[in-house]
Amino acid sequence: MIDPAYTPAEATGIWVFLEHDRGQLAPVSLEMLAKARELASKSGAILTGLLMGHELDAIAGEAAHLDLDRLVVVAHPLLDAFTAEAYAHAAREVILRERPDILLLGATPYGRDLAGRLAVTLRTGLTADCTDLSLDAANGLLLGEVSGFGGGILATIACANHRPQMATVRPGVFARTEAERAAAAPIERVEVDIPASARPVTVVARHRQERADISRADRLVVAGAGARGQLPLIEALAGALHAEIGATRVAVDEGWAGRDRQIGQTGVITHPKLAIVCGASGATQFTVGIDQADLVVALNSDPEAPIFEQADLCVVDDLLPVVRALVAEFESRGEGAP
Amino acid sequence: MNGELHSLVCLKVVPKSEEVSVDRESKTLDRGHARSEINPPDMNALEMALALKDRHGGRVSLLSMGPPFVAPMLRAALAMGADHAYLLSDRAFGGADTLATSLTLAAAIRKIGDVDLVLCGEESSDGATAQVPPGIAAWLDLPQATYAHSVAFDDTRDHILVVREVHDGEETLDVPLPAVLSVKVSTNEPRFMDTARLVCLRANDPVTTWTAADLDVDPGHLGGAGSPTSVTGLGEVAGAGSGRRREVLKGTPEEEAHLLYERITEFLRSAGMPARGG
Ligand SMILES: Cc1cc2nc3c(=O)[nH]c(=O)nc-3n(C[C@H](O)[C@H](O)[C@H](O)COP(=O)(O)OP(=O)(O)OC[C@H]3O[C@@H](n4cnc5c(N)ncnc54)[C@H](O)[C@@H]3O)c2cc1C
Ligand SMILES: Nc1ncnc2c1ncn2[C@@H]1O[C@H](COP(=O)(O)O)[C@@H](O)[C@H]1O
Repeated sequence: MIDPAYTPAEATGIWVFLEHDRGQLAPVSLEMLAKARELASKSGAILTGLLMGHELDAIAGEAAHLDLDRLVVVAHPLLDAFTAEAYAHAAREVILRERPDILLLGATPYGRDLAGRLAVTLRTGLTADCTDLSLDAANGLLLGEVSGFGGGILATIACANHRPQMATVRPGVFARTEAERAAAAPIERVEVDIPASARPVTVVARHRQERADISRADRLVVAGAGARGQLPLIEALAGALHAEIGATRVAVDEGWAGRDRQIGQTGVITHPKLAIVCGASGATQFTVGIDQADLVVALNSDPEAPIFEQADLCVVDDLLPVVRALVAEFESRGEGAP
Repeated sequence: MNGELHSLVCLKVVPKSEEVSVDRESKTLDRGHARSEINPPDMNALEMALALKDRHGGRVSLLSMGPPFVAPMLRAALAMGADHAYLLSDRAFGGADTLATSLTLAAAIRKIGDVDLVLCGEESSDGATAQVPPGIAAWLDLPQATYAHSVAFDDTRDHILVVREVHDGEETLDVPLPAVLSVKVSTNEPRFMDTARLVCLRANDPVTTWTAADLDVDPGHLGGAGSPTSVTGLGEVAGAGSGRRREVLKGTPEEEAHLLYERITEFLRSAGMPARGG
């Protein structure tokens, strides 16, 4: 076994990496904070937010009112844009000094980049893409629940001897709370030394795309490959129901839906009340993204399609005439609007 | 870069996801009937490496840690145009978490030597952690660029420009070589293998198999023994539709639509999202 950077006996507290961009905290960080607070109140641990970047005064002022006990701020000019190398370098220094017991990061592109690199430089374990977090009643260890094959199987993973116990959580997995502090949490500014060589990568351009957030949409109409060429019809159904459009990866790859609308393992985890899935086969990498739906309706012409295993209401038919008639029915009766 | 470009692609062999079923009784994965395939995004990484070779010359090595049955799949990947393959196969590698996996792959990359560019897939369809590529980069102390869509050399050829996907769009990174990339799934069309090449490969097998003893690592750092994390329990099958009604609505398309309409409006009403009368 690789020697741990520090031992469980030396470790205290729960830390949450607060990801932010353009002055806004990432929703996943707030979601994790809510979960971390739940864990902290069970174990009596102190909850620390870790904020890294450059020129952080405004966002630190805001973050200090989140439901946390202290805020550690690491500011440095070389942290102005996210690069995994510089962030991991600085985070490692702070963590070796402060020795948290648990460190949680969002499973976003930046969060995963940082987590994967940091875990190795700290010689510790990382449980990635957790679908739930809890503390072992017997020994207080962090238990990360993870799914393989897009939800096909669940495993519980622990990191017994290495610290910090690191975990990442996908956006949308936990619900955020509105809990806030009236008085700001104490802010501790930590100085780090980042040599220029610790930032080998330069961000030369950033292209932002307007992105839809379908993770919290109430109603979804989902287009799979079987809806190829029928996008206007899918849009009409979504319009009649005031639903957002979601898509499988095939639909996204073929370019008839934006990547922000991809549902599943490499897309978004959604939480709709109603999901109408049109012409998707039901690969686990897709269905993991609609597992949380209250009602799943599936339309597919193949009676053997696995999507029917995952649906409440199943229509085994060509989706074209069915959706056309459904749209007509909604339009003529004017129902479906919220 | 000194001399020719040497790219190395990390290929993981996974069970075909659509053929893996879950045994509801034992709560385990039934891989028995699943055929294997190369993790799909790794094929995109391979195509990216081969396209770089087409354009700039050099060579492409393949690296995989897995059981011996992986070898034929590496040969098929070689037939697409790669030059040499390394298979890390040893019981001692089994049960590795991301720390031990990335350590083992990094040790092999070090031993292979002179690698300018390590290319991985963005994540594996079975493990789905996306943590191995940054892990490899950390062990080798190399820069990383994940979720890459495209890569181009700058004029000096000792840096690459990588366009990669982030949470709200794309960014372009200037990355000095050597570096580790992970490649977005379906960002390109992997080419077909060249069957003539496959025949020629059979005669002159370019797959090197290494065991733990071939790598310069402490055996205690490998596999399950070297993994700080461990599985403490296998829970019930999540979301495998166990709670779903699976009710089939039958009829002509119009009848099906009508049944759907009634069920959906009724559901919306009961969910407190009443459908407004028109
Ligand atoms: C690492 C990795 C990550 C992935 N992540 C994701 C992810 O996040 N999201 C995702 O969606 N996929 C993901 N995938 C891909 C996934 O495995 C499937 O390939 C994909 O979900 C299939 O999309 P589909 O159902 O639209 O297409 P298909 O599998 O082609 O299914 C189309 C279905 O439409 C039906 N159909 C065709 N015509 C009609 C018609 N006229 N009327 C009714 N039905 C019809 C067919 O019977 C078929 O079942 C991932 C794969 C990998 C390897
Ligand atoms: N056993 C392995 N052998 C070769 N490459 C691997 C292995 N495991 C992971 N990788 C590489 O790391 C990428 C990301 O995997 P993961 O971090 O498991 O999601 C894969 O797409 C592969 O390129």
